[in-house]
Amino acid sequence: MLAHGFVRDAFLAGTFVALACGIAGWFVVLRAQVFAVDALSHVAFVGAIGALAIGLDARVGLFVLTLALGGAMGALGRRGRPDDTTIGIVFSWVLGVGVLFVSLLATSAAGGSGIATANTLFGSIFALGAAHARVAAAVAAGVTVAILAARRPLLLATLDPEVAAARGVPLRGLGIAFLLALALIAAQATQAVGALLLLGLVAAPAGAAHRLTARPALGLAVSGGIAVAATWGGLALSYALPSLPPSSAIVGLACGAYALAAGSAMRRG
Amino acid sequence: MNANPSPSWDPVRDVRELLAFPFMVHALEAATIVAVLAGVVGWYMVLRRESFAGHTLSMMAFPGAAGAALAGLPAALGYYVACAAGALAIGGTRRRETRSGGGESATIGAVQAAGLAAGFLFLSLDRSVLSGLEDVLFGTIVGITRAQVVTLLIVAAVAVAAVVFAARPLLFATLDPAGAQARGVPVRALDVGFMLLLGLAVAATSQITGVLLVFALLVAPAATAQTLTARPGLGLALSVAIALAVAWVGLGLAYFSIYPVGFFTTSLAFAAYVAARLARAGLDRRARRA
Amino acid sequence: MTAQPTAGVAASAAGGGEPAAVAVRGASVRIGGRTIWQDVDVTVAPGEFVAVLGPNGSGKSTLMKAILGLLPLSAGALRVLGDSPRRARARTGYLPQRHSFDAATRVRGVDLVRLGLDGTRFGLSPGLGARARARRRQERARVAEAIARVGASAYAQRPIGELSGGEQQRLLIAQALVQRPRLLILDEPLDSLDLPSQTAVVALLARICREDGVAVLLVAHDVNPLLDHLDRVVYLAAGRALSGPAADVVNGEQLSALYGMPIEVLRTRDGRLVVVGAPDAPHHHGHRHDHGP
Repeated sequence: MLAHGFVRDAFLAGTFVALACGIAGWFVVLRAQVFAVDALSHVAFVGAIGALAIGLDARVGLFVLTLALGGAMGALGRRGRPDDTTIGIVFSWVLGVGVLFVSLLATSAAGGSGIATANTLFGSIFALGAAHARVAAAVAAGVTVAILAARRPLLLATLDPEVAAARGVPLRGLGIAFLLALALIAAQATQAVGALLLLGLVAAPAGAAHRLTARPALGLAVSGGIAVAATWGGLALSYALPSLPPSSAIVGLACGAYALAAGSAMRRG
Repeated sequence: MNANPSPSWDPVRDVRELLAFPFMVHALEAATIVAVLAGVVGWYMVLRRESFAGHTLSMMAFPGAAGAALAGLPAALGYYVACAAGALAIGGTRRRETRSGGGESATIGAVQAAGLAAGFLFLSLDRSVLSGLEDVLFGTIVGITRAQVVTLLIVAAVAVAAVVFAARPLLFATLDPAGAQARGVPVRALDVGFMLLLGLAVAATSQITGVLLVFALLVAPAATAQTLTARPGLGLALSVAIALAVAWVGLGLAYFSIYPVGFFTTSLAFAAYVAARLARAGLDRRARRA
Repeated sequence: MTAQPTAGVAASAAGGGEPAAVAVRGASVRIGGRTIWQDVDVTVAPGEFVAVLGPNGSGKSTLMKAILGLLPLSAGALRVLGDSPRRARARTGYLPQRHSFDAATRVRGVDLVRLGLDGTRFGLSPGLGARARARRRQERARVAEAIARVGASAYAQRPIGELSGGEQQRLLIAQALVQRPRLLILDEPLDSLDLPSQTAVVALLARICREDGVAVLLVAHDVNPLLDHLDRVVYLAAGRALSGPAADVVNGEQLSALYGMPIEVLRTRDGRLVVVGAPDAPHHHGHRHDHGP
């Protein structure tokens, strides 16, 4: 399987993107910002399609819009954490604009739009190409390192904002920076597993980790580990069964892991 | 949409032109029913802070439609089953405390991703499903039949009746779960029941508005109403009124332009919300100065 | 084990013919194989102000739930307002432990109080017609009366999320009062309030107790805000209960006997009591303190 270049590229990009999703996701679940990630992912889709509609590279729109939304959510929220209703309204409007873009795209580049839409929505990890894969891996790795470096202030700011503020932790700045990091991860993951499914990589492994352990270091490791394992398993399964799309396989495994973790936690508790 | 008609800027004549076409009449009827349903259910959804669940359930319609097409069953059945399954999976475990962790939202996120992954799988197994994908995602106002309107009316009537029946206990359970529980209100049952109701409303609505946009109609008019007033009765009425206005005007605008109706309804809904927020901020500032 | 003579189960209280508000005799409760408390005797006379004290985990909330009929007794007898707990529930007002309302909650205080009256009513409003309108007017009057009783008329029209802890607590008391109960049970109502608010809420409860003859049973951590108004104290610890006037119960001798270990009760110069040396009851499930958004 690994003899093929496209498979190796997929594993390269997939591993680092999954690691980023798992590590960031652990904090996302802790901060109850899963909906924000959902919003980012949908906006990522709109950005990509919008860019295509006006003739740009999809990734331009992808990054511009996700970073814009991430920053906006951070700036509009209290202490950098916006509430669900506001997020919902903003991104439902963005989706409306996306609908506009899709119809524009359909009239402009006939025939190609369907594939572009599908790729943006559900990823195209086996079709990334070596250069894209390396960039994706690098960006994801960079964001992972950044989050890990900031893990203690981030944890304190999340669990005990008053104490954090008293100790000089910049709550708003940290909140905004975290959302921007999520935006980058969302943009990367969109290329790998698609806009609609990256939520699975961010929420499910982290959800499982939180059910299994309350210790941060262990939780981060478990979350990242499950995400990477699900990616490897999903890629392998998809390679073996061509009619099984890789993103479905990866997300299916991740959600399955969560279901198992939730079930075992219920039986124990 | 039609590139031919252009608005004469005389509302009466425009509306009469609109209503000349049976498909537009059906679209208007459907939009009305859907707006009332979304206005009522959405008001509670926003109050209960279950927007994420609502959006997730709307996404469930995609695997529902794709799965139904794959199995050769009617699409509507797929919608209802998938949304009901999603509602049960989410389980109505609303946040007991407002300051709880995100464990429950992780579940909702996982349910959404799993559902969409399944939908994509169905899509890949049978590419013919793709032909209906655009309708599933963006809805269709052109192809609404009389039968669909009737079904929609029945579903909406049942859903709204259920909400009206449980209006006060549901409000109590939403605002003050501990107090309601102490008074004997079946809070857990209402939680699960409302989630199923949300799924039902979403399944019915997304057949018209499409999966991506049903959420806008559920969340924006309700949030606008709650920004404008804290009184439950008035808020509910306002939510329905705004939803109706958004739906009608959006439909009308879409008829006379080439752009899709979804864009208009979401933009109008968003604009209404922003206006309400600005008004509220202005009022608050004036009250503070007084 | 009581510091005063055991009262009979259906004893009439000092006030004459009216049955005791709460009469518990030899009661015990087991949850999941663990005995929370046993052999408990508690009597609350009509119009009495009684505090239930004790360390965390000693089963104070459990006692309240038993009195409300939400939990069955595994032994002993329990009468509330001369009736079974379930039947007395309509005449009992209960304020459970609650977290404060989210600042963004946009529903008015008066609506919350109103729910105390009609929050359990399924089905459509009373309907149209003169009788329905009269009924609605009557309900509105009762809500306004309850709000006035707790002194919250000035801010009852504001969204509840904007109010302070003390103001929210008053509205919650109004919500319980709107049913015109004969017994009020409050589970740690002073928990999240600052000292001035605690004093104000206690004074309000004492006034309702005296003027309306409503028996008040209140669970608290700290007896001090209540000392001036209490009739009696029930102290729950180590699976057993002591009952009697505050001075008779909250002293070193009684508490040491109750805990089975040396406890000291110090009295400060301004009259406050401090219990020293009392351990918290062991927790049986891990508490994860989720500080979310």
